[in-house]
Amino acid sequence: MDLTVGILLGTFVLSVLALFFFIWSMAKGLFGYGESAATVIFASNELGIVEDPAATARQQGELQQAMDPLAASRDSMTAAQIETRSRADQSTSLAVGVCLTLAVVWLVLASFAGLISSIKLHAPDWWVRYDWLTFGRIRPIHLSMVAYGWCSLGGIGVALWLIPRLLKTELVGAKYALVGGALWSIGVFAGTVAIGTGHSDGLEWLEFPWQIDILLVIGGALVGFPLWLTLLQRKVEHLYVSVWYIGAGLLWFPILFLIANWPGLHFGVQQATMNWWFGHNVLGLWFTPLGLAAAYYFIPKVIGKPIHSYNLSLLGFWSLAFFYSQVGGHHLIGGPVPSWLITISIVQSMMMVIPVFAVAVNQHMTVLGNFRALIYSPTLRFVVLGAMMYTAASVQGSLEALRSVNTVTHFTHYTVAHAHLGLYGFFSMVMFGSVYFIMPRVMNWEWPFPRLISLHFWLALVGFSIYFIWLSIGGWLQGLAMLDEKTPFMQSVALTLPYLQARSIGGGLMTLGHLVFAAHFFAMGWKFGPKRLGAALLEPSMLLRLTRKKVAA
Amino acid sequence: MSAGKSFWDMDELRLVIGAMVILSGATGVLVVLPYQLLENVKPPAGLKPYTNEQLVGRQTYIANGCVYCHSQQPRDIKQAPDFARGWGRASVAGDYAYDTPHLLGTMRTGPDLLNIGARQPSKDWHLGHLYQPRAYTPGSIMPPYPHLFEIRKGQAQVDDTVVNLPPAFAKPGEVVVAKPEALALVAYLLALDRTYPALPPLPKTANSAEAAKQKR
Repeated sequence: MDLTVGILLGTFVLSVLALFFFIWSMAKGLFGYGESAATVIFASNELGIVEDPAATARQQGELQQAMDPLAASRDSMTAAQIETRSRADQSTSLAVGVCLTLAVVWLVLASFAGLISSIKLHAPDWWVRYDWLTFGRIRPIHLSMVAYGWCSLGGIGVALWLIPRLLKTELVGAKYALVGGALWSIGVFAGTVAIGTGHSDGLEWLEFPWQIDILLVIGGALVGFPLWLTLLQRKVEHLYVSVWYIGAGLLWFPILFLIANWPGLHFGVQQATMNWWFGHNVLGLWFTPLGLAAAYYFIPKVIGKPIHSYNLSLLGFWSLAFFYSQVGGHHLIGGPVPSWLITISIVQSMMMVIPVFAVAVNQHMTVLGNFRALIYSPTLRFVVLGAMMYTAASVQGSLEALRSVNTVTHFTHYTVAHAHLGLYGFFSMVMFGSVYFIMPRVMNWEWPFPRLISLHFWLALVGFSIYFIWLSIGGWLQGLAMLDEKTPFMQSVALTLPYLQARSIGGGLMTLGHLVFAAHFFAMGWKFGPKRLGAALLEPSMLLRLTRKKVAA
Repeated sequence: MSAGKSFWDMDELRLVIGAMVILSGATGVLVVLPYQLLENVKPPAGLKPYTNEQLVGRQTYIANGCVYCHSQQPRDIKQAPDFARGWGRASVAGDYAYDTPHLLGTMRTGPDLLNIGARQPSKDWHLGHLYQPRAYTPGSIMPPYPHLFEIRKGQAQVDDTVVNLPPAFAKPGEVVVAKPEALALVAYLLALDRTYPALPPLPKTANSAEAAKQKR
């Protein structure tokens, strides 16, 4: 115990010292980045100009008025700059369109799989005729479809779209991404079928048989390839923080997935430590980087103001990579694994406060004072909510790693609620916002029914709030009941029932929201809806003329 | 990328090298080190390897995702009342010497199963419970597994294993017969018994050396 406390204290002091050194060196300018790097996502004269293709013409005008009314009256971009950006957007449209369409299909399928799993937990005799629908198969099908279908393909699509914008050039090698995305989706489909027919590998997050995993490794590597090709062509001096996140994420995932699925390599308890090394790294080194990359781009871009502190964002990046990569052991607290391993993971889980703080300060300070933008910008509503949930999920995760808290929450539905706060509250919300921003550029078409965006938002928010709040309470009570020796185990099951039912209601609303989202997505794909100012609005010059008219009026 | 910059000024290089160093660090701590430490863990004397039928049953356990509700890792009495619930002593790495893939689990929607074979050694109970959990445990939310059984109208055949359901759950004129998967799964569940001592008894000499050390 003394040794553990010693290690804990030592690491803590060391990390805090390192943090102070980092801040001091930034103040001294040792890292060479001025805050000018934060403006790299804007054209030279574009600061102050809002951009949200998901907003209607009226919303755009109001957004501009709320953010910077004076900027509306000046020319933001030269014809050449508009041309560059337009080409950047066009270079990705096919690959991004395909990836996002597949992602939306997976989202809908995954939602139904999740809803069925949820209902089965409180109605165990419902729909038991088919073996592939048994809880133990439909639940991992739900997770795999969400993680590898919706979240991964969505994240890949958004990353591909961001790369040329961030590097101010065209995407090189889009066809690799297209093939990669297709292989990936085939892999997810085959893996889902494998689970449904009882051919799971048996490890959480790693259920797909290794033969199918090959498709995901190759697909993932192919998707990353255009990033490196495009980097060589870049027209910007500084790499914006989003590029760091995307680049590292695309590098990390294939390696993680390859090591984790290598057949015949892992055994017994060692496999358990590997399992959670992967299980947490797929969140920390794959989804989180992609989600943060999107948030770091869309928040400043929509409101037309650079992020609060560029250096802080890089501190956040490196500390996230360092601490997050070692937290996996906290899934095995109390298990038959070496205690030093668990202690390291607990310490690093607590140290995650640093990157989370860096991101939180940065993103929330950027939004602070600009909250009115949320009224007018559909993109921002989703992304800012997601960023808030990131902070919440991360702080909650750090606390859950503490032995005292973990003893209650481990093995309970509380952990399930927490997982959804991360992957839904944070990641999926950011993805929704990103898709709303990106698709008008991809399709050259406005969202046909703006009210559906609001409907989706409220269904997702209300549904998820019900899901998260009730399941967290139920899980906590379940944990307390299990820890009390005198309470029979069956009581810990019985007391969760009302909370599990509430979860199904919340999950039902979320599913409904996704159906609205998907219907709207495909309505746009088929170019439904009135041809309003429509595609023309997508040209910034047109936007300016509009807003200028408004100012004049 | 402008020319004339030093090696380290290139963001891409810093990114790739930094990302790889950090990932290898984490992999070293959480994957390689445990690999080396656990590679030579010997199975305890009381632990027998699984038979072929038990291994088939283990695959059935995996195929039907039992792991999503049942852990196989009793915790220490200092942390949780797992022992008092009859789930067994805290498990050690050697208990899993034959367990690949591992099935430690992360949920206790149902009870821990590492010692279910010792706790509930009745084959009949397990077969009936898999067919309809609520016939044995009122209030259970475990799914029934009808696809592991066959319903026969009339009489069972000679080599059938008939499931003896409680009268309230048996339907007249019908017999429930266990398929081979069900029998294998039960064989596996009955093999889940880690009630032997975790450590071999200390040899005499070592014992006295230990005692001497403690005196000092």
